[in-house]
Amino acid sequence: MPTIIVDGISYQVDANDNLLEALLGLGLDLPYFCWHPSMGSIGSCRQCAVIQYQDEDDQQGRLVMSCMTPVTEGAILSIDAEPAAEFRSAVIENLMINHPHDCPVCEEGGECHLQDMTVMAGHSMRHYKGLKTTHRNQYLGPLLNHEMNRCIACYRCVRYYQDYAGGTDLAVFGSRGRVYFGRHEDGVLQSEFAGNLVEVCPTGVFTDKPLSERYTRKWDLQSAPAVCTGCSMGCNISVAERYGELRRIHNRYNSEVNGYFLCDRGRFGGGFVNHEDRIRRCGVRNASGVYDPVSKQQMLEKVSALISAAGSKVVAIGSPRASLESNHLLGKLVGRENFYSGLSGREQSIINAIYAIQQTGGARIPTLREVEAADAVLILGEDVTNTSARLALSLRQTVRNRSKEMANQIQIPLWHDAAVRKLAQDEKSPLVLVTASEDRLEDVSCLTHRAGPDDTARIGYAIANIIDNRYSRPADLTDNEQTLAASIASILKNAEKPLIISGSGSLNLAVVEAAANVAWALKGENKDSGLIYCVPECNSLGVTMLHDGNSNNLDDLLSGSDDIDVAIVLENDLYRRAGSTAINSWLGKVKNLVVIDQLDNPTASVATLVLPAASFAETEGTLVNYEGRAQRSFAAFLPQGDIQGSWQWLLDIADQVGTQKFGSIRQFDQVTEDIAAQNAALSGVTKAAPDASYRSGAGQKIARMTHRASGRTAMVADVTMYEPQQPVDNTSALAFTMEGANLIKPGEVPSSLTPYIWSPGWNSNQAIIKFQAETGGALTDSDPGVRLIATASPVADLHTRHTTIPAITRHQGGSLQLVPGYHLFGSEELSAYSKAIAELTPRGYFAVHPDVAGQLGVADHDGLETQINGANVQLEVVVSESVARQCVVYSYGIDATGELVHEKRGTFKKAESWESSRPSNLIMSDR
Amino acid sequence: METPLTKNMRADKSPVALSDYMSTGGYAAVTKTIGKSSPAEVLQVVKDSNLRGRGGAGFPAGMKWSFVPMNEDDPGHKYLVANADEMEPGTFKDRLIMEQDPHQLIEGMILAAYTIQADVGYIFIRAEYHYAIRELKKAISACHDKGFLGKNILDSGYNLDIHVHVSAGRYICGEETALLNSLEGKRAHPRAKPPFPQVSGLWGRPTIVNNVESLACVSHIVNNGADWFKSLGIGEDSGTKLFGISGRVKKPGTWELPMGTPIRELVEVHAGGMQDGYKLRGFLPGGASTDFLTEAHLDLPMDYDVIMKAGSRMGTGQMIILDDKTCPVAMVENVVSFFARESCGFCTPCREGLPWVEKVLHAIEVGEGVPEDLQILERQGRFIGAVGNTHCALAPGAIEPLTSALKYFREDFEQHIRDKKCSYQ
Repeated sequence: MPTIIVDGISYQVDANDNLLEALLGLGLDLPYFCWHPSMGSIGSCRQCAVIQYQDEDDQQGRLVMSCMTPVTEGAILSIDAEPAAEFRSAVIENLMINHPHDCPVCEEGGECHLQDMTVMAGHSMRHYKGLKTTHRNQYLGPLLNHEMNRCIACYRCVRYYQDYAGGTDLAVFGSRGRVYFGRHEDGVLQSEFAGNLVEVCPTGVFTDKPLSERYTRKWDLQSAPAVCTGCSMGCNISVAERYGELRRIHNRYNSEVNGYFLCDRGRFGGGFVNHEDRIRRCGVRNASGVYDPVSKQQMLEKVSALISAAGSKVVAIGSPRASLESNHLLGKLVGRENFYSGLSGREQSIINAIYAIQQTGGARIPTLREVEAADAVLILGEDVTNTSARLALSLRQTVRNRSKEMANQIQIPLWHDAAVRKLAQDEKSPLVLVTASEDRLEDVSCLTHRAGPDDTARIGYAIANIIDNRYSRPADLTDNEQTLAASIASILKNAEKPLIISGSGSLNLAVVEAAANVAWALKGENKDSGLIYCVPECNSLGVTMLHDGNSNNLDDLLSGSDDIDVAIVLENDLYRRAGSTAINSWLGKVKNLVVIDQLDNPTASVATLVLPAASFAETEGTLVNYEGRAQRSFAAFLPQGDIQGSWQWLLDIADQVGTQKFGSIRQFDQVTEDIAAQNAALSGVTKAAPDASYRSGAGQKIARMTHRASGRTAMVADVTMYEPQQPVDNTSALAFTMEGANLIKPGEVPSSLTPYIWSPGWNSNQAIIKFQAETGGALTDSDPGVRLIATASPVADLHTRHTTIPAITRHQGGSLQLVPGYHLFGSEELSAYSKAIAELTPRGYFAVHPDVAGQLGVADHDGLETQINGANVQLEVVVSESVARQCVVYSYGIDATGELVHEKRGTFKKAESWESSRPSNLIMSDR
Repeated sequence: METPLTKNMRADKSPVALSDYMSTGGYAAVTKTIGKSSPAEVLQVVKDSNLRGRGGAGFPAGMKWSFVPMNEDDPGHKYLVANADEMEPGTFKDRLIMEQDPHQLIEGMILAAYTIQADVGYIFIRAEYHYAIRELKKAISACHDKGFLGKNILDSGYNLDIHVHVSAGRYICGEETALLNSLEGKRAHPRAKPPFPQVSGLWGRPTIVNNVESLACVSHIVNNGADWFKSLGIGEDSGTKLFGISGRVKKPGTWELPMGTPIRELVEVHAGGMQDGYKLRGFLPGGASTDFLTEAHLDLPMDYDVIMKAGSRMGTGQMIILDDKTCPVAMVENVVSFFARESCGFCTPCREGLPWVEKVLHAIEVGEGVPEDLQILERQGRFIGAVGNTHCALAPGAIEPLTSALKYFREDFEQHIRDKKCSYQ
């Protein structure tokens, strides 16, 4: 490691760094704007200037931009030298010429990087007397505000949006002092990752629109370290509350998972917490079908009486969107034999297979950081951008590895972003897509093949067989399939770290098994192959691991003939997972349906008893993400009304029932410990975060608010002059409001307990730099979470495992393959309730290839209908060249598509009575 | 005195056709070189000649070419780009070559491209030069007919195509890396160097960008040798140069003269001296983006290093003269206003700093200046002016007339502020 001397002090730094990241990594303060640890340097803002001296005798030195200067052995530098300080102050003064003095009404105020850097650079006296340049702002959709007058032209937004996230509809226009950052015209930003502009922009040009409707300054927000429940990626978030409402979600850095960025479902999908359909009181359904409110105690007595009744048959349905703790207690309450995972049989068998594959050790399960190091990628049957969006953002970095190789060859440092991009131009590492319909990653893929799920699996099998002929080969491969598989196999074999991605998205077991074969075959060729399976929900893998992949599933229950006295449904809308006919017929056998959930969904609407469950923002829970990483999520605030965590409801019910099954378990931490004790696979979960007994160095709990929280005493001043007693948190090591440790220093508090990021002089999220062991790297206190699936040496004879290859998909008497099509906005149950997300959700559809449309005699905006399991489903037709033939792609999770998830095929005909009512707001790329 | 660059040019300014160009030895250099001499031999001659870039920076052309990797295993393209985006205010020398003797440029490009084994050439030319564009296209077409361009040139196995690319018209496109971005269809932002275009240039491939006049010298060097070229200069630098003068002289224009010609000879002999009733107060020696020099510097020879030592730059060698009846504040305001308008908007000192300076200068010129304005100008001059403070050379060049004017004509600035008006009006 080279040694550099900064203002007379020697430091060891990384030779691959530029001076800025090295200096920041040392904990030194140096202002900057255009540089970003994930995006490298371009040298546009000129803010990070330092003086570099040629040798010890050089008194003058030379002004250099630290972000554009490589670390060199023995470099002598000064941050404090007068010319450098004067220059940095002049940069700010010049940037401020056109920046409005609107901090008091600007939503960035208080967490503004520009404010921080202005103070740091020391500019305070204004000399400019002219008029400011002003701009017209744009409508950018329901997620982001645009206030161009605040722009300091650091170019971060366009570099993030275009270069990093692959967006095409945000650009810089004009030149000189009039540069404009926006769209070519007003309109909804099309990138699934646009929300990150809130944090990427160093000032208040792009701000969080849902937050601005109910705005709160950062210092008045009460935050908690939480885990996103939008999909299975497990992105770390900081969820923030004021006045009992979720106000916003910010990124919480985790170098192994989400890094600096979230997807827009994650950032804006929390609105359901405040939704008017939230269940806030306990309710008992009366004879007329209306719910009478009852007290919490009355409810506990009712539930207890039902469960305790002699000879009562009690079953429970768990949920992949509920925490391990809640699922575990539910199973404990009713007994494992009466616990059903809450996944459909089809879904459960796929996730069981995924979990079994992950346990074989046949291929690595890469973290998102490791994904970005792969040198070839094959995606089989998973629309990653819409099912696991954060992974897609990582893949957009993965394909840049070829350009990094090229840069290394001619010694261009990798942080020299513009130079690396100019050198590589359109050269990319290979990304191959085999999917059933349009895929947003097509613009960075080298090969895209359209196939229905069965045919996708066949291609996967064929690839594995070409790599290693011990793996099963589809018997009747067509010439086209053979050629395609051969070329994909050769791409993968040319790589050192090939990555195979698949998942449950196409609801097809063969696709999952074929993907494993490819990864395993590559491993056999001594490739460091990685295998990622996207699973549907935030805890799909966790609930599967809970009973070691042996849970009963929902179909086992629905198909049973037993009469049931009490069925308890935990945070699960059954109508999304099975056909209504099957559910309704089963409900006919259920005397009492008890639902513990957050929103008044179709299942809650037919319950006998309804118990209001806390959302992720209001309670603790451990979730297991796609890679088997257990992460603890904490409550930002205590919920109002009767709402409490499902695990708490279950503890209270058990207490009321007086069962011995729960032993001495009374506390959340004891639940987690019990999970670890009862399940070998989950023995690590207690390590996901410190328990409630943790105290900071000064013996304090961790405060959820900043020390600057100013308004607490005024919150109810219009009602009473007495400040109410603040709630006490007995469940975690966090404390409500600002009392406790809140001047958190790097490394002082475990990263899994850090509610928000702040450091003296660094009020924006960019303060994270102070909490990283090295700039852009792991957190000082290691990243949150614990990996549960050990990477053991592979099980022998893996090639004998998956041999059931589907036949080639042919036209079967008018029946078509049903393929779920996913939408970042709308396909996930809870986020779809968020107002901003709902505005971007397309209406339900059946998408078909033009050939199929021709056969069925339908065109765009016509209706298609199908009879499935006694239900008639009608949706609007979307005709698209990019849908695989023999397939009907339906809008998963949107409108009545719960009826379809069970079936592989369906017979369709034109819906004669269909009337296209609403104008389409389907999100389409404007490429 | 030899004038290789202008020897073919006609009094009526009509362009020299291929046959006429060949009748005075045109394409002899190409004929004797392509497929007959090695690229390394051509490079050596150009290096030995000490040809320095005529676009303004004066970087040795041979050295620039020598940085291009000559890896025969690399099958990719290499590019040669002629920078014909002549937008420096007061500069009109490349235009002369391209309009009146375009084959000089084409022949120079063939030789330069051969030297670096480029297979594609571009002439990046400003749109206003439509006569030159027409003549260059004609010349290229004639060369194809004659076998000097295209596939297998003169049966040598060497291929070269040259395209004329008409710029959309920004001063910054004259900066070689901004030019390359513009040529790629991207925003005309300069690139940070290193990497230099010789290694990663147009579309990430090895690329040489040369000024038109530099390239026009190449065939003469190849024909007559390095020593001959060196002997053309009468000072430290080699060759002849198209020097020019604008402003209130009797005969403004451009002349081919030896490198090292004294400034006084340029002004008093070739430009015929100042117009009657005007006195010389100062001059920008090499285009609008160079520091003022004054009467005291008239006896200096026009050599790159000499002018540099005097505190300015030879730039394009095309002088703008300030006379005693023109307001230096107004002149500087005019210059800064041009550069502020032409800033690409990429880096802070240029994008924000120049418009501020422009506004302060305007206030002073119209009599609204205050004494502190001079401090602001000096501070902004330091902020914008030092090389390295900005992303490219535009802003430091843009501010040079101001910082030097504050040195030589400070009294004029003070008078404006004191009297609250411009005394030249």
